[in-house]
Order: sequence, then C-alpha cells, then structure tokens
Amino acid sequence: MHKLLTDGPGKKLLLLGNEAIARGAVEAGLAFAATYPGTPSSEISQNLFQISMNSPLYFEYSTNEKVALEVTAAAANSGLRSLCIMKHVGLNVAADALMTLAYVGVKGGLVIITADDPFMFSSQNEQDNRYYAKLSGLPMLEPSTVEEAREMMGQAFTLSETLREPVIFRTTTRINHSTAPVVLGPIAQIQSEGDFQKDPMNLVTVPAVSRKLHVKLLENQARAAELSEASEYNREEGRGEFGVICNGVSYAYVHDAVKDLGIEDKTAVLRIGFSHPMPKNKITAFLKERSKVLVVEEGEPYMEEAVKAFAQEEGTDVLISGKGDNLFSRLNEFDPALVRKNIAEYFNVPYDAPKIPDLSDAPESPARPPNLCAGCSHRATYYAVKKAAEGTDTIYPTDIGCYTLGFLPPLSMGDFLICMGSSVGTACGFSRATNKKVVAFIGDSTFFHSGIPGLINAVFNNHNFTLVILDNGTTAMTGHQPNPGVDMAELNLEGYGRVSIENLVKAMGVSHVSVIRPFNVRKSIETVREALDFKGVSVVIAREQCVLYAKSLKKKSGRPFYVSDKCKNHRNCILELACPAFYIDNGKTRIDPGLCVGCSVCAQVCPEKCILPLKSVS
Amino acid sequence: MMKEKNMTTTRLIIVAVGGQGNLLTSRIIGEAALLSDIPVRMSEIHGMAQRGGVVESAIVFGDASSTIISDGEADVLIGFEPSETLRALNKCNAGTFVITNTAPSPPFTVAIGRGTYPDPEHVKRLIQNKTGRLMAFDAAKLAREAGTAMALNIVLLGAAVESGTLPVSRESVIEAIETRVKKDFVELNLKAFELGAGAANENR
Ligand code: SF4
Repeated sequence: MHKLLTDGPGKKLLLLGNEAIARGAVEAGLAFAATYPGTPSSEISQNLFQISMNSPLYFEYSTNEKVALEVTAAAANSGLRSLCIMKHVGLNVAADALMTLAYVGVKGGLVIITADDPFMFSSQNEQDNRYYAKLSGLPMLEPSTVEEAREMMGQAFTLSETLREPVIFRTTTRINHSTAPVVLGPIAQIQSEGDFQKDPMNLVTVPAVSRKLHVKLLENQARAAELSEASEYNREEGRGEFGVICNGVSYAYVHDAVKDLGIEDKTAVLRIGFSHPMPKNKITAFLKERSKVLVVEEGEPYMEEAVKAFAQEEGTDVLISGKGDNLFSRLNEFDPALVRKNIAEYFNVPYDAPKIPDLSDAPESPARPPNLCAGCSHRATYYAVKKAAEGTDTIYPTDIGCYTLGFLPPLSMGDFLICMGSSVGTACGFSRATNKKVVAFIGDSTFFHSGIPGLINAVFNNHNFTLVILDNGTTAMTGHQPNPGVDMAELNLEGYGRVSIENLVKAMGVSHVSVIRPFNVRKSIETVREALDFKGVSVVIAREQCVLYAKSLKKKSGRPFYVSDKCKNHRNCILELACPAFYIDNGKTRIDPGLCVGCSVCAQVCPEKCILPLKSVS
Repeated sequence: MMKEKNMTTTRLIIVAVGGQGNLLTSRIIGEAALLSDIPVRMSEIHGMAQRGGVVESAIVFGDASSTIISDGEADVLIGFEPSETLRALNKCNAGTFVITNTAPSPPFTVAIGRGTYPDPEHVKRLIQNKTGRLMAFDAAKLAREAGTAMALNIVLLGAAVESGTLPVSRESVIEAIETRVKKDFVELNLKAFELGAGAANENR
C-alpha cells in the first residue's frame, strides 16, 4: 500500500511537504487530479499518480497546465473534488483558463496548487503568484509549515465548496521541499462519479452571461473577505507594541527570531494564511495597537501594499515597512538570520549576528554545475548539430528540460530561452529578423506542452529554420513523468494512447522531416546537414531513450568503454563532449566504468580510435 | 505553531554531490529523531541532484520552527566530499564540528580545465583553523570495505552518531536504517555504520 494511504488518524509520519500536501488532498476525499510536472511541485503529483493506481482517484498528466486546469475545471463542475497542480510559471500557461473559470466557478471543490520558487532553485523566474489571486479575484491560502500544509489542504476544499469557486493554494519551495513529522487525519470517502447539470446561461461565457458572472464574482469576493476576517489562518499571536505581519515560511523565521531576540513580551505577530482577500478589519485593528509594524514576506510587497492601503483608508499613521534598502529585498528567499537581523534593527533591539568565519584566504572550490548524465543522448545530438553547422554563424534558441544544460561550455548549444515552447516561436522571429542560420532545440514533453503552435506558425508563415526535437521518451528533468509520446506499456500501464511526433510534425505540413539515432555520430551529422541545407522549416527528431529512465526501467546498458594505450592525449573526447564519465588521472584521460553506459559516442569522436569497449565488465 | 518539548536546538548541514546518498541519510536521521520523539525539521535543495550538482540538506533538531540554516549557524557540518565541505564553510562558525570524507570526487570542470581542485592538506588545516573541531577520514575506503562505495553516506552517518554531536541515539538510527534501507542492503549498511563509528573513535 502507498505510504500516503496509511490508515490511522493520529499516527505520525515523517513527510516531505509535497507528501503532506498529497496526503491532505487524499484525506479530503480527492477524486480527480491533473498536472503538468514542474519543480518544486512534482512530488505532489508523483504521489497522487501512484495512489491512483490502487484507489478510485483519477489522475492524469496533462499536456500542459492550461489543459490540466480545463480538465479539472470540468471535473469540479461535475461535482468532483479536484486538484490541479503546477509550478508557478505553469499558472501563466493556465491563466487564460483561470481568469474566466473564476467567473464560472465550480460545484465540487477545486484547489489549484501553485508552487512558487523564490531564489529560482529550478525556475526561470521568481514571480510572486499571489498576484494571480488578486487578478482573478479568487481566494488564496498559504501554509507556513509542512504540518499545516496537510491540514490546510482539507480546508481549501471546504472553502472552495462554500464559495463555489476554485481556491488557489500557494506554496514556496521551502514548504514543498521541507520535511517534518506530520500527524495524520482520517481519510474521507471518495465520491468518484460526477454528474454535469446543463446550465448554459451560467456556464457559457458569452458577454451577456459574463456580465452577470462578473457581478457574482465580486459578490463572492465580499463573502470571501468575511471568511478571511474570521479565518483561523489569519491569526494574531503575542502582545506588545511591536507588530510583525508575515506569511508562508517567513512565519517560521519570524517565530524563531522573536524567541531568539527575547522580545516575546513586546511583539505581536499577525500570520496571514488566508491571503486573498486580505482581512482588512483584522489588520486595521492590529495596526491600532502597535507603535511600528514590519511586514515580512518573500517576493513582492503584496501584503505590504494592502496593509498600507488599509492604514491610509483608516487614517492610521503607524509606521509600516517591509521592502526597502535596509530592510527586506524583493529578490531571493529569506533565511532565519536575515529575518532576525531585520526585526532587531527595525525595532531597535540588540542582537548577535552569526559569526561567519573569514574565508578570504580559503581556496575556491571548483564549480560543480549540474551536467548532462554520462551517456545522455542530448550530448550526442548537440555534438552532431555542432559538427553539421560548423563554419556557419548559427543562433540556437533552446527550451526547458535537461537539455537546457547544453548551453554551458564546452557544448555551448543554447543562445536564447524565455519559457516553455519559446525555442520554436523565437526561432521564427530570429530567422526573419536576422540573416543567420537558426537551429532550435526542444524536448519531446516541451514540444507537446507548447511547441506545437510555434511550429504550425513556422509552416504557415514560411520561416526558415531547423527544429531539433530531442525525443528521449520521457519528461526527464522533473523526474521522468510520462508525456503523450511515451510508450506506457514499458511502464506496465494500460489504457493509454500514444502520439507519434513524426506523424504529428508531418501532419502540420513540415516537408523536411528526418529521424536520427544520435549515438550513430557520422550518420547523424550527415542527416542534420541535409536538414540545415533545406530552405524552409525542417525538423530533425533525435530519438534515444533517456539513460536514467532506461536504467529505471531496468534496461541493460551497454558495455563500458576504456581509453587504451594508443591515446595521444588530444582530449577531443573530454573537451568536446564533456561527458562526466571522463576524468584525468596523472595527466591521462580515463573513463570511470561505473559511470560509462557504453553509448560509444566518444569512441566515434576519438581521432586515434583508441577508446574501446571493455572486454569483460568487472 | 506546535508546542514542542523545550530543548536546545542543534543545526546540522549535510553537503554532498548528487548521487552520494545525502537525501537518504537525512531521511534516516529524521526517522531516528521521530523514533526518539525529538522535534525535527529538515529541508533540502535537490533540483538537479541526479545531474551531478551539489545537494544540501539542513536538519534542525529541537525547539525551532525554521527548516533552513543561515550562514554561520550550523552546529555540525557533514561533508561527503572534501571540496564540498570547503564550499560549505560559510555555514560554519568558530564552534562548528565538521566531519568530512577526505576522498576527493573532482567535479567535471576540473577535467576540462575550468577549475582547480584544492590541495586536501591545505583544506584540512583551513577547516581546523576556522571551525571548532574537525574529524576527517577516508570514508570512501571504509565504504568499499563494507562492500560498496555507495555506502559512503552511512559510514559518515556512523561517525557522526558515534561522535555524540547529534541528539539522536545510536539505537534509533540503526532502527531507522533497518526500516529505510532496502532489505538486501541492510546488513551492508550496518557494517558501514560500524566502520564509520570506529573511524570516529580513532579520530577523537
Ligand atoms: S536524466 Fe536523461 S535526459 Fe536528463 S541529463 Fe540524464 S540522461 Fe539526459
């Protein structure tokens, strides 16, 4: 049985934040879930995917976040408790659906998880998605701890059903990827069969209907504001002239800081967990009792702006600060010492700064950037494209996945990236705006996610570039989730269809389509060269399963290679491929047989032909 | 916030290279704390762990709500790789107890001439000067002795537990290993644990 299906209210389990969130949803009787994977949210869906195999829960990996939200919007409008999971930038993709779903509302509870990523541990930006709640008018909850995340999840469903609206559940990486003991609650029965009642005058958003629905949304917001005022999640702790208003993980740092500074008897903390709509009365009452107030929130001054606006309306002149030069930054994430320091300085209380050793005389550790795995087929594809394009001035728009790592030297394949699918759209633009050759890279999953419209655009507008689709048969970067091109039978899962990228691309009207097996170096270079010579849109599908995924499927890997004595130390292998299986030992090039998976690419690259397969694997 | 039994806090940072088993180690320590009813919170950054990047976990025992550890505030630092231990010294202070493996695993940047690997003896002396106490030994060798290089994490765990700097008991850690590690590997890991504990006694 799946760990998160453990029956036994009161039992304590050590859970990752994302496991606690999944468990909370299960306890709430979650019937239906959809997602597009994205760090830091991925483990929520991974757990639900596993759970769905042995329970009435329906779970799907959708092609992108917009589709996932539409899928769950329908389920929730058929009365099912539904969950839609995504990382923060995923909500940009889903925003079109979100904004009008807010008008239409739901019947069964719908919770939308947005996992924000301050400091961008694994994201392209650190946008603060609390503004989506404001923009859409939807209620938003934000847990401060792993334990609270479990419990709040259930409340999110209740709130959604009370207001008949989706609820945005916002986390940050430090909630998703923290671990703590969590006390389990009882698991509610799943109601897994929905029913849809026709009601076009409320569900089909033509202007006449939407005008009515917008009124309803505003009325709902007023009700939500009342609930926010009364909510346990917006609670005041402690008493005193100093006031701190905080949310999310910052609450934990504030809690520790107030204790460490010994100002518990002077400080009142207002923790905002129900953060849209903001509880105006609670906040103004809080302000009145304080001499000075500090707002502690990562990201943008979302709460600070609201608190200042409330103070202005009430004519309260207490000093309110948050973001500022000597205070908190809008950049990055916070940490306990930073919060302690800022609280101490703001309220003028003494504190001890941590004593970081003077490391100015320490040698620097060599950088350890993440690298494509040993034997990753992307490396081979990049090599082939590089050779095929040698001598031409080429722009390489890239996309989001493991293969983005190819932008680092020595591969240096990747010149432009903004978002999922952008390789294709920007290739259209670069090929028109410049005289340069353009070769764009996109992974299979990202292509399904949002590369398709760009490619259709390219065919229609007759652009001139080559799109290389790196088809490794999985969504590798986020932990090998399925996508529409994946062979689900390999996972022993039945009942799935499969979309052929090749057929799809041809059907879009791309006339020059070729498939390469990147581990065949010479042939790949030739095929890519032909594609580059083609005037118009050409597509090269580089097909080879992700080695890590193949390993997880227990497929046999090839025999490892070694560098024989004939090596003349040109180091082309290392310098051009940068495969992590290579290392230098006493000035000699060597291959770690524990890492080598026998892809043989280096053996084909070596001008001396001195890289050979090991006879026997020890 | 949950009321917890009042005790001092111990802040532990573990740094490693992706694939060295840092996350499993943190889990074992967390489970051990849970078994001994010691409040514990942890966090980890592991976005690119499988692609050979740096993996850092923070474990906070005792009366604290935060799950991360600020610069200069680690009481204990366990480094699975010496240049990573060096990189994490900003987490330490003059009282920090540092336990490190001494067997280097140079990053790829060194092989392609984009970085130099620091001199191990120099690094050792430096850590000794800047922190409270250093326990350094070749954990990779002991792991191989136990049966596989993969057991490096458990060797270091054994050393950390034996040194008495973590609030978790030896028994609870062993129990956590038995439940967390795959059955076939339990014996091997217990051996690794003992070898690590032995190294701690030699390096006192
Ligand atoms: S996980 Fe797969 S796709 Fe990603 S770098 Fe490794 S081999 Fe390449």
